[in-house]
Amino acid sequence: MSDQTPMDIDYVANLARIELSDEEKSIYQKQLGDVLKYFDKLQELDVENVEPTAHAFPRYNVWDKDEARSGLPVAEALKNAPQSRQDQVVVPKVIEE
Amino acid sequence: MEYEAVIGLEVHVQLDTNSKMFTRVGTGFGQPPNSLTDPVVLGLPGALPVMNEEAIEKSIKVGLLLDCKIAEVCKWDRKNYFYPDMPKNYQISQYDQPICEGGQVEIELAGDNPSRMGPHRMVELTRIHLEEDVGKLTHYEQDSLVDYNRAGCPLLEIVSEPDMHTPDEVFAYLTSLRNSLVAAGISACDMEKGQLRCDANISVRPKGENTLGTKVELKNLNTISGVRNGVEYEIRRQIRAIEEGTPIIQETRRWNPEQKYTTPMRTKEMAHDYRYFPDPDLMPVQIDQAWIDRVRKELPEKPFDKQRRYQEEMSLPYSITSALCGDHLLCAYFEEAAGLAKSAGKVANWVVNDLLRELSQANKVDEFAEEETEKITPQSCAVSPQMLAELVNLIEDGKLTNNVAKELFPEMFVTGKSATELAKEKGLDQQSDDSEIEGICAEAIANDPDAAEKFRGGKEGAINALKGAVMKATRGQANPKVVDETLRRLLAS
Amino acid sequence: MSSDSPIFKSATELSQDLKAGTVSAVEITQAMIDRIDTVDEKVNAFLHIDKEDALAQAKASDERRARGELLSLLDGIPVGMKDVISVKDQPLTAASKILENYRSPYDATVVRKLKEAGAVVTGRLNLDEFAMGSSTENSAYGPTRNPWNLDCVPGGSSGGSSAAVAAREVPLSLGSDTGGSIRQPASLCGVVGMKPTYGMVSRYGLAAFASSLDQIGPFSTTVEDTALLLEIISGHDSLDSTSYPTEVPSYYAELKKSSEPKVLGLPKEFFGPGMDDEVRASIEQVIEYYRSIGYQTKEVSLPTTDLSIPVYYVIATAEASSNLARYDGIRYTSRSERAENAVDVYAKSRGEGFGSEVKRRCILGAYALSSGYYDAYYLRAQKARTLIRQDFEKAFTEVDAILTPTSPTPAFKFGEKSDDPISMYLSDVYTISTNLAGLPGISVPSGFSGSGLPIGVQLIGKAFEESSLLQIAHAYDREHLHGQKAPNL
Ligand SMILES: [Mg+2]
Ligand SMILES: [Zn+2]
Repeated sequence: MSDQTPMDIDYVANLARIELSDEEKSIYQKQLGDVLKYFDKLQELDVENVEPTAHAFPRYNVWDKDEARSGLPVAEALKNAPQSRQDQVVVPKVIEE
Repeated sequence: MEYEAVIGLEVHVQLDTNSKMFTRVGTGFGQPPNSLTDPVVLGLPGALPVMNEEAIEKSIKVGLLLDCKIAEVCKWDRKNYFYPDMPKNYQISQYDQPICEGGQVEIELAGDNPSRMGPHRMVELTRIHLEEDVGKLTHYEQDSLVDYNRAGCPLLEIVSEPDMHTPDEVFAYLTSLRNSLVAAGISACDMEKGQLRCDANISVRPKGENTLGTKVELKNLNTISGVRNGVEYEIRRQIRAIEEGTPIIQETRRWNPEQKYTTPMRTKEMAHDYRYFPDPDLMPVQIDQAWIDRVRKELPEKPFDKQRRYQEEMSLPYSITSALCGDHLLCAYFEEAAGLAKSAGKVANWVVNDLLRELSQANKVDEFAEEETEKITPQSCAVSPQMLAELVNLIEDGKLTNNVAKELFPEMFVTGKSATELAKEKGLDQQSDDSEIEGICAEAIANDPDAAEKFRGGKEGAINALKGAVMKATRGQANPKVVDETLRRLLAS
Repeated sequence: MSSDSPIFKSATELSQDLKAGTVSAVEITQAMIDRIDTVDEKVNAFLHIDKEDALAQAKASDERRARGELLSLLDGIPVGMKDVISVKDQPLTAASKILENYRSPYDATVVRKLKEAGAVVTGRLNLDEFAMGSSTENSAYGPTRNPWNLDCVPGGSSGGSSAAVAAREVPLSLGSDTGGSIRQPASLCGVVGMKPTYGMVSRYGLAAFASSLDQIGPFSTTVEDTALLLEIISGHDSLDSTSYPTEVPSYYAELKKSSEPKVLGLPKEFFGPGMDDEVRASIEQVIEYYRSIGYQTKEVSLPTTDLSIPVYYVIATAEASSNLARYDGIRYTSRSERAENAVDVYAKSRGEGFGSEVKRRCILGAYALSSGYYDAYYLRAQKARTLIRQDFEKAFTEVDAILTPTSPTPAFKFGEKSDDPISMYLSDVYTISTNLAGLPGISVPSGFSGSGLPIGVQLIGKAFEESSLLQIAHAYDREHLHGQKAPNL
């Protein structure tokens, strides 16, 4: 898997929304390449008709009744915000759309 | 060359629940910004989602309403992408195991005769899945503000097949869908409040062609007429492009309702690599037959079935049923009143003409009003179904003339007094006391002997002069039938 | 410092002294604060401590005691928190720059339970950033040092929680364990550390690393104390959909009951090459002891053991890449000054705010989920996870618990593995499969190496059978009490 496809570090870093320096990129490219090689063990494994495990102890229908409870006061909700105005969180202009 | 448009809709409907999809903080429109949040809504470190049972039951209800196949098991997946209105930067949604698959929405198209029911057809659905809503972004010159009140509200995405071909079909689809959902108490579906949102996938192809053309996703269709106009424009734009030989690019375009044209949107980078995977914080949902049966019992009659029943069983005219059946509250009111009245037909007329008129006047929005006032509904208005039934029965029994009733109704609507009460107060109640009538008739005959003579002489028409006199004397309240009988009896003797 | 000072006593002893009235909760908390003031600049286990708040809680406990309104055996006993567990109005940094200025507006469920039990919940303990690491070197606020040898790592990711207990700065602490992050540092610091069955302890309020693997668990100097702390934090929680509805017995009371000898499984795959000789010797000594008290041992096989590391790193990094997306510089995390538009805010704030291991894992995880790779990595790993669970299920048809070393080596030196992800990942080889199978595991001090570094033995139990696992661990610990030995600082 890893040998036919070296990771496109720019694409993935962008997916993860993490800015990397060129130096970081080359380090990660190498390290992650090794890790992926190491992961090739997985590719050799025969998992024909094996059910995937999403939860160690799966159950169904874990829910609440639809009864509203009080939440956070506005001041508490915004106290950690880097920037806020009119009781709302300020974000730099959204260029998309 | 003739072209055919192929249209599919993605409709997002906010479910009307007390608490959010994955946490129990309250929901509500028009609350102060960020007053409906908690650690889960804000995606704080350590916060975890817990399903809302009611949202799942409402989704099952929608599935049954639209004849979908309800999944025995459905699960939750994370749709990963970064956007400021999405607190966790992933949306909890359903990827490969939605709660409903298939299904259909019955639509009615305009017929050639507006007074008769137009042609009906089914629009096929692909799937329905449940997810969480995002917050609200407001854009300003320099920056944008985020309010997370809406974030985390239960949102149902209803995806149709590319099964519509004209703006009218799209309009009919949305109207029918909304009527069914509102009638079933799923959502108020108010597009202005964002409770119902719609994106359209549109492509055109030469008529008769089977392969689909390049599809364009159209967004910002914020009103039902906006959807119709936007779709109409986009179809024309694509046909023009094809004819001019400019290729259609697969893109997302935005409808600008003011300028009335669509423009390409800068779409989210790599919006297509959402890295879906099962949400490890949530357990799957299992829906057994018993649950489905229980929900099915609570399903309301579908609006079009109701309309057909009104026409067939109550033999109401199409024009009346179509006025009634767009509004389930009006239908409920009508059926209750009709049950008590001697003529369902008359009740229907009163509801469609007089009640609707008074309601729309009462609900006229006053742009100077501080905040929006509670809308008056048929149920909350001063004239109860019992009162309307009484009014109609008084007319039927000849105790009240139609004209008088028409005068009384607006006052009933304002004062909440019954027809009998008002009639008494105004002394308008139709005189049916025969002895009194008999006196007045005798007097009329005495005052106009030669009319009486002519009648006895076989001149039928002469009785009208006497009738006129009696009606004049009773200020038009006497029951014409009674007056006629009395005069004839007296003249015969 | 005299050895009858509160700091050298176990929580159980402290609770007896409080009962006897020979010490007050305020005195215990003050002694703890003084100890932190004298030794923590060497150890650096604490990222933050709110002394006033701690003393106020202790005072309230003494007042309850005076009124005869004791809430639990832990009433008045300090418990330190790994800095990923939310405590209302306290910082939560996850040892990351990106959460530098964050204060939690709510209590984690475990914190609520501890406060309801009267415990003094105090201190924010160091860790590998977002619990990603095995040495506590990946902390934005400097590494924690091993109290037994300040040139060595304390293990990780809960290195602050293990070192604080080992250094006698606090009698009890909580950590989180995703692939060994409680048991491995417990082993390297010579204390008891336990990861409960997945779903036994609520995760509500624990900053998530890998949701399907994370569990909160206790650190203490004795198995007895671990039982005491575990029974208070365990139990079903309606705020965590993965919390398991099951009765929580009094583990502490259960310990006192005599239990007949059990059958211990020795997985042959764990005793192969790669295990340090002194570790092997220490573990064999433990096995001998169990045999001497009538336990049987039995070789078992866990053939998928060599898969556990790749499976773990695929699942853990995939879940982490999504779990950590919320740290974006928008609502509560630090925002890059260089950000000019919304996209910048993300990439720059995360680029500046995250350390290198966190970036590496987020990128690896995003890759494992990206289109075209999901089936090859994440889905395959989930299927392999099923095989790993089945291995354990099979083994547990023959044995009551599985005995292994906790870590292949004693504490290693700073920098020794930090440049080589894979060798670092390998230090979790004995602990990781327990998380993948969701089983409870406990590390008990089994002695010391020639150079005086602690060594630990791991016992893995059946799902939701913490009681029996604790009894087995206690059978060794009560006779050896290696965890009661304190380092010279
Ligand atoms: Mg969609
Ligand atoms: Zn959607």
